This record gives sequence, C-alpha cells and structure tokens, in this order.
Amino acid sequence: MSSLSILILAPLLLFAFITTLVGIWRLRWAYVAAIIGMVLALIAASAGIFRVLSEGKLRYFLGGWPPPFGIEYVLDHLSAFMALIIVFIGLIAVVYPPEAGLYQTPRKGIPLYGLLLLLFAGLVGVVITGDLFNLFVFLEIYSLASYALITLGGDRAVVASFRYLILGTIAGSFYLLGVGFIYFSTGTLNMADAAQRLVPLYGSPAVMAAVALIVIGMCIKMALFPLHVWLPDAHSYASPMVAAVLAGIQIEVAAYVVVRMMLTIFQPQYFIDVLPVTTVIGWMAAVGIIFGSVMAIAQRDFKRMLAYSTVAQVAYIGLGIGLANPLGLIGGLLHILNHAFMKSCLFLVAGGIRYKTGLHEIPRFAGLGRKMPLMMAGFTVAALSMVGIPPTGGFFSKWYLVLGSIDANNWVFVGVILASSLLTAVYFFRMIEKLYAVPSSGDAAVEQATEPSPRILVPILVLAVGIIILGLINAFIVTQILMPVVALLP
Amino acid sequence: METYYSLKPLLAVLVSLLATVLIVIPNQRPNVRESWTIMAALAKFAIVLSMLPSVLQGNYPAITLFNISPGISLALKVDSLGIIFGLSASLLWILTSFFSIGYVRGVPEHKQTRYFASFAVCLSATMGIAFAANLLTLVIFYEILTIATYPLVIHKETPEAIFGGRKYLVYLLTGGVFLLFALALTYQLSGTVDFRPGGILPAQIGMNSVIMLFILFLLSFGVKSAVMPLHSWLPTAMVAPTPVSALLHAVAVVKAGVFGFARAIGFVIGPALLHQSGAAGILAGFTAATILIASLIAIRQDNLKMRLAYSTVGHLSYIVLGMTMLSPGAWVGALLHIVNHAVMKITLFFCAGAIYVRTHREKVSELNGIGRQMPITMGAFTLASMGLAGIPPINGFISKWYLVQGSFDGGHLAIAVVFLLSGLLNAGYLLSITVRAFFAPSDRFTKFGEASALMVVPLALTALFSLLLGLFPDRFPYFYQLASQVATSVLGGGGL
Repeated sequence: MSSLSILILAPLLLFAFITTLVGIWRLRWAYVAAIIGMVLALIAASAGIFRVLSEGKLRYFLGGWPPPFGIEYVLDHLSAFMALIIVFIGLIAVVYPPEAGLYQTPRKGIPLYGLLLLLFAGLVGVVITGDLFNLFVFLEIYSLASYALITLGGDRAVVASFRYLILGTIAGSFYLLGVGFIYFSTGTLNMADAAQRLVPLYGSPAVMAAVALIVIGMCIKMALFPLHVWLPDAHSYASPMVAAVLAGIQIEVAAYVVVRMMLTIFQPQYFIDVLPVTTVIGWMAAVGIIFGSVMAIAQRDFKRMLAYSTVAQVAYIGLGIGLANPLGLIGGLLHILNHAFMKSCLFLVAGGIRYKTGLHEIPRFAGLGRKMPLMMAGFTVAALSMVGIPPTGGFFSKWYLVLGSIDANNWVFVGVILASSLLTAVYFFRMIEKLYAVPSSGDAAVEQATEPSPRILVPILVLAVGIIILGLINAFIVTQILMPVVALLP
Repeated sequence: METYYSLKPLLAVLVSLLATVLIVIPNQRPNVRESWTIMAALAKFAIVLSMLPSVLQGNYPAITLFNISPGISLALKVDSLGIIFGLSASLLWILTSFFSIGYVRGVPEHKQTRYFASFAVCLSATMGIAFAANLLTLVIFYEILTIATYPLVIHKETPEAIFGGRKYLVYLLTGGVFLLFALALTYQLSGTVDFRPGGILPAQIGMNSVIMLFILFLLSFGVKSAVMPLHSWLPTAMVAPTPVSALLHAVAVVKAGVFGFARAIGFVIGPALLHQSGAAGILAGFTAATILIASLIAIRQDNLKMRLAYSTVGHLSYIVLGMTMLSPGAWVGALLHIVNHAVMKITLFFCAGAIYVRTHREKVSELNGIGRQMPITMGAFTLASMGLAGIPPINGFISKWYLVQGSFDGGHLAIAVVFLLSGLLNAGYLLSITVRAFFAPSDRFTKFGEASALMVVPLALTALFSLLLGLFPDRFPYFYQLASQVATSVLGGGGL
C-alpha cells in the first residue's frame, strides 16, 4: 500500500475542517475531534515508518497520474522520520489543555484546533511531497496557519506575527522564485525528475541562482543566524502551546527542505564543492550557536530565554548540514528529533507555570521546585538534555556533531559545540538553582502553587521520559533511519 | 583474561537506583525510608563481593546491554581495577549510610528524602564508572555522578551553599565537555572505545595526537581528581553536609576522577605511547606541585573540614602522580592508595562530623581538650592521621612504601623526595590536631561525651579497617593481589 504517505496527510486536512465546524458549536468537541485526527495521523505515520524500514521508499501518484504530469508523494527514510516527529509532537500539543496553552480558553469561533491541524497538515505535506511546487503550497499553508496561531498570544503577539508574516512571505517568495528558475531550466517540477535533468545544468547561472534563492529562503524560515530576527518575538509572545509547536517542529521543517535539496534534488557535491552552500550554512550556524546561547543567558523571561535558545539549537541542525559528512548530518538530523522533544517540553512547562502561578520571569521562580515536583522533574530532564548530559538525547546529538567536526578536521566547530554546552548550562542551571536551591521569598504566587492537573502534567512527562528513551535507543534510530539518509554523502 | 556473562555488574549498578525509587515514595516513615538505603547498601556490597573470587582468578564478569551508538555498546565488565574501586566504595557506603542517619537526625538536616535519594543515585553512578567496559559507558556514568552530586552540594541552601554549587558545576561541567571531546577524539583515532590493558590507540599514531588526547584527559579527569589548578571546587564544596564530604568528596566523586586517569593512562592511551610522547611529565609536574602546595595550604586552615579538603587534594595527587610514573611498583602503590586513602580520609571526615553534631564546632582552634571528652572519635582520628602521614603499621604506610619504591625504580628521585616531604607535612597538619585534642588545656569545661552509636561505630570501624589493611595488605579482600594484577596487565611486568 504505497498510499501511506497520503494517509498521514488526509486525516489532518479532513479533521481540520471537522474540528472547525464542530468548534463553532462546542469547543470541547473540537478538542476531541482534533485528538482523533491526530491519533489517526499518528497511526498512519507509525505504519509508514515501519513500511519504509522494511521495504524502502514508498511512492504514491496522486489521482493515479504518474510524474512528471501528476503530483507525487514520497515516503522515504527522511520524510517518514520527519512526519512521525511532526505528528507525535502535534498530538502532544493538541492534548495539552488550551486554558494552560493559550493562557485562557479561546473565544468561541476562534478555530484553534482547525488552525493547529492545518499547521500540521502543511508541515507533513512539505515533508512527504515529491513535487517542488506542491512543497510551496504546503509551505504557505503551514505559514499562514502559524501567523494566525501566533496572534492568539495577545497584543504584542499580533505585532510579532505581522513581522514574521512579512519575513515569512519574503522567504516563501524566495523559494518560489528558486523553483521558478528550476522549472524554466528543466521543464519539470517533480523532484526525482528534476534531479536527473539538473545534472547537466549545474554550470548554469539560473540553477545557481535557484539554489541561492531557495537556501536563503529556507534559512529565513529556520531562523538561522543572522536571518533569525523574527523568531525571538514571535516565539516568546506566542502562547506556550503554539510556541511548543513552532519551535519544536515548524522551523525544523525548513531545515528538512535544505537537506532534501542537498541530498535528493541536487547531488551533495554540488552543495559542498561547486557552490559553497554548506560552508556558508556551517559558519552561520557556528556563530548562531554562540549568539543564541549568549542572548539566552541575558533573558529574564522564561519563554524569551527559550526562544533565544531555539536560535542556538536550530543552529546545531544547521551545523550538521554545514559539516556535510555522514556523522555530522546524523547529528543534525538527530537533533531535529531531540530538539522537538526538549523544546516542546520546555514550552509546555512554561505554560504550566504561567497557568498555575501567573509567573513568567525566572527570578520569581524561587522555590517552585518543591511546589510542583513532577512538572519540574520534567523540566529538569529537558534542561539536562539541552545541556547535553548523558544518557539524555541531547548528549548524543552533540556526540555525533563532535565526531563529524573531528572528521571534517574543523576544530573551531568542536570548540563551538563544547562552549555552547557550557553556555547552555549557564542559563538552565540558573533556573534549576532558582527552582530547587533558592528558598522561596514568600511570594504569594509561589506559596499557593500546586502540581498542575494530569492533563498538563502527562504531556510534559511523556516528553521528558521520551527524551531519556531517545538517548538510550539513539543507536537504533541512527543505524536504521538516519544512516540510509546520509549514505548519499561522500 | 577471560570474561563470562553475568548479571551481577548490572545489578550492582541498579540496586541503588531501585532504592532511589523507594526512597522518594512520599509520606513514608523516616525509619522505613532509611531502611531502603541500608538494604541497598548491603545488597550492593554483597553483589560486588560475590564477584571477587572469579576476578581474582582473572575471570571477569561482564554484560553487554545494547548499542548506545553505532558500534559502541553500553557494557559493563568487572576487572581487577574496577573491583578495587567498586569494593571500597560499596563497603564504605554501608558505613556512611549509618553515619548519615545519625548525622542528619543529630543536626538535624532538612529535606532528608532528597539527601538520601541523591546519595543512592551517586552510588549507582560510581558503580557504573567502576565497572564500565568502555569509555562511552564511563562518560555516561561520570556525567550522571556530576549531576547527582549537585543537590548534595547545595543541600543547605544557604547563599554559601548555592555559591559552592555554582562553582562545582562550572568546574565539573567544563571538565565534562573536555571529556566528551576526549571521548570523540579517542573514537576517531582508534575506531573503538573499549578499554584494553596497554591501550587502544594504534601504534603508528602521531605523537601530537597522543599529547593532545592526554591533555584533554588531564583537563577532564583532572577536575574531579582536583589536580591544581583545577582543584578549587573541592574546598568550596565542603559546604555540603559532612557525610557527603566523607563519601563523595573523599571516596566516590574524587576517586572517579582518579579512576578515570587509571583508565585513560592504562587502558586507552597506554603506557608505551604515553612514555614515548613524554606527556606524562606534564601531569607529574602538576601533581607533584599539588602535593606540596596543598599540604602547605592545609597547615594554614583553621576550619577542620577545609583542612581535610586540602589534605584530600594532596592525596589524590599522590595517586595520579604514582600512575604517571608508569612503573609497576608505583602503580601498585597508587591503586592501593585509592583504597587506603578512602578508608583513612572517610574516618577523618566521620570524626569531623561527629564533633560537629555533638559540639557544633568546626574550627581546629576550638578543639582543645576534645579528645578527653570524645576519646573514641579522637582515637580514630589519630589512627587515620598517622596513616596519612605514612607511619607504620597503618595502611597509608603500605601505599606510600610502594609509591616511593616505584619512584626509585623509575629513577625519579625528586618524586620520592616529594612523597617523603609531604609525609612530614601531613604529620604536621593532622597530628597537631591530635596533640591539641588530647594534651592542650581545655578552655571550656562543658562535658560533651561521644556522639550517638550510629556515628561512633562507623568511624571506629573505618579506623580499624585502616589498621587491618596496614597489617595484612595481602589478605582478604586481597587488594594487593588485585593491584598487582592491574599493574602487570597494564605494564607487562617490567615497566618503562
């Protein structure tokens, strides 16, 4: 059944409409419908990855039209990996109660779950499509959904969302222009087809321009330094549940597009030697890791700290792409998975703290560790993983990235990864210290705080336990899923 | 050297993790909670001890769990070196557990659940370090140990404790990232990270790589083993409750660093390459300086725990310095000193704890006449002090004997002088306390008496152990045999 790819997408699109419709009547029903949709998609995505592992690439021609005439959907190791992450984190976010995730229950008529499912549909669409233009369509679907979702965070979020909208549209236009150049040069939009027809055209200025436009567009979308300027506002003013999704899976999809371009549509050598794409991305990422970490240290607001941390963490993924050797790219791709779990977990904790205490500034968190032991245990696991303490997943991303950097003889990158571990430790242990070691100052908000309800707690703890499991089984993920992906690299 | 499949190494690691789970069950009575600690400690020691006979015969229990990175498994193997560390740490945990109960109830300390839970995690991590079969497994447990000790350092939650915790993290996490680098470099240079006596680096490797790798190990393990100038976290961490200082800052945590050096020198880089590169000389210089400087600083400390902390800094460097000499005698001495220093220093910390609980005095200058009121405690203190100064028949003499002999073997006359000089300084800063306690006229006539039996019995036992290990170093549990097995396997009998 090669249609598994479309079966991940179908429930998301379908239930995006169903939830919106029933949501007009009862928000509670929209919540249930959204969970059903996500569970169906999760089943399809899990089945998809098992099929890919046993049979290899699955191709599906929409409407039975073979390429290059019709649109093709492809489920290979990389897209099945990404789709599973998106759907899993999506489900966690949907389960998380909106009163904590959005600060308040949204007004009737605001299609919260419809937008969320549309966002996930767009993200899944980007990773499973085998068509360059279709990718742009899904890119716009998820972007539009995310602009709307960010505005739910309040007045400042509206401004942040507008800024993001402008930059996001520029990024989308860059991508579209790039695809246009490819289309004019090759006469096809199908990725596999374009890959073959592009080889003799590698010297063409139009193709080079296409690569530059697409890569710059995607670097804006993934907020790679110095194109990150939209991210800190958008992610810190967005409500926690939305920020969890945006930081956990949305920006990583742009990184996926770059990897897809490098590995599938072009030959890796073209990105490494002919054009200095990976070199540029690698050095942008190296600076970004340090910049993001230093900026995170300077923040008092928990979510803003997380947002700057995202700038640094997404640069790890960029660093893996920039290294462009098997171990380095494995580190980058594994970090997509690990970062999805860690950062979503942390934003959901931010939501839980805000909901139970109304607090959002780290200096006022003193003493919270004893009031909410389980939620803060979840936070601590995620924070240790961000720092890179084994056996959590975060350690192993760094392990592969360091191995890749040594392979590339790039000692500066080794230094950057190691230094950033310490910088990350500074801003997370500062908070751990506040939570557990600094006695409560008698702040009423802290004194009256209690452990949140299971609906808030369970998603956080699932992610926290997942972080440890991901660390322990990382060898399986690497050998089974990621090694086939990076096999194309020299 | 054979290995056979056994669950025991894994059980030895997991038993205290299981105890952690039981300890944190809310709303149980303190006696029930503490019984989990005691049972886990006894079980752990029994498991480790049951592996001793086969290890002595060169038949190592081993278990390979699963791949934790492609081609590298999470694996445990109990070899002669591992069991030296595992046996001493697990035995002393039993005594520390009893002592802890007496201490935290005597002070009394707050948040005792967190205290005992963290302690149990630390012991699991220590066993993992001792029994790790490859460098990646060791690194995983090493970092867990770093993190699990943090709650104990900040336990008092005073600004001073929080500062101590920060300093601890800055030093130890920095060491941790260098360790990650060293691990990755080892893997890239040799294609494996499995420990092998004599080293795993390919023979034709460039000397620059060896030196770089060695310096990375120095920067990582050097932090936990408190080699100057990477030592200053240790005295600051003395703000932790005394049993923590006793077991972790004299036995488990710092010895994990020393143990790391043993693995790095003997089982990763290998003595042959290390000798060829000449890099060991760097470490020898730092440790020799550490021994002397730490002793001189210790003399000037009035706070008893600080004095003991600097004494620890010095004695850790004894061990590391012994290893850098790459001669069998020095290795035997160094490995014996892992055990001997542990037993002696834990006695001293126990004594400091007992004195604090009973009198709330922390300064040496306030201890005039205390020996007449707490004779058992101060008697044990004296015995252990004599051992650290290297006076026979206490066990410290044995390890120092081999260390000095090893330095003569290697022709390192200056190092022998360092050891002898430091013995004198040790006598100066430790036995002066004894003199004060027993012979100085007391300025206060309050009657204190001994601390509770939960505290006095453990410290009397550890003092007795130091005497027994000094009189019968080759008897049960055969530490001398184990140490010579390690030295022979690493250095091939002759040495370099």
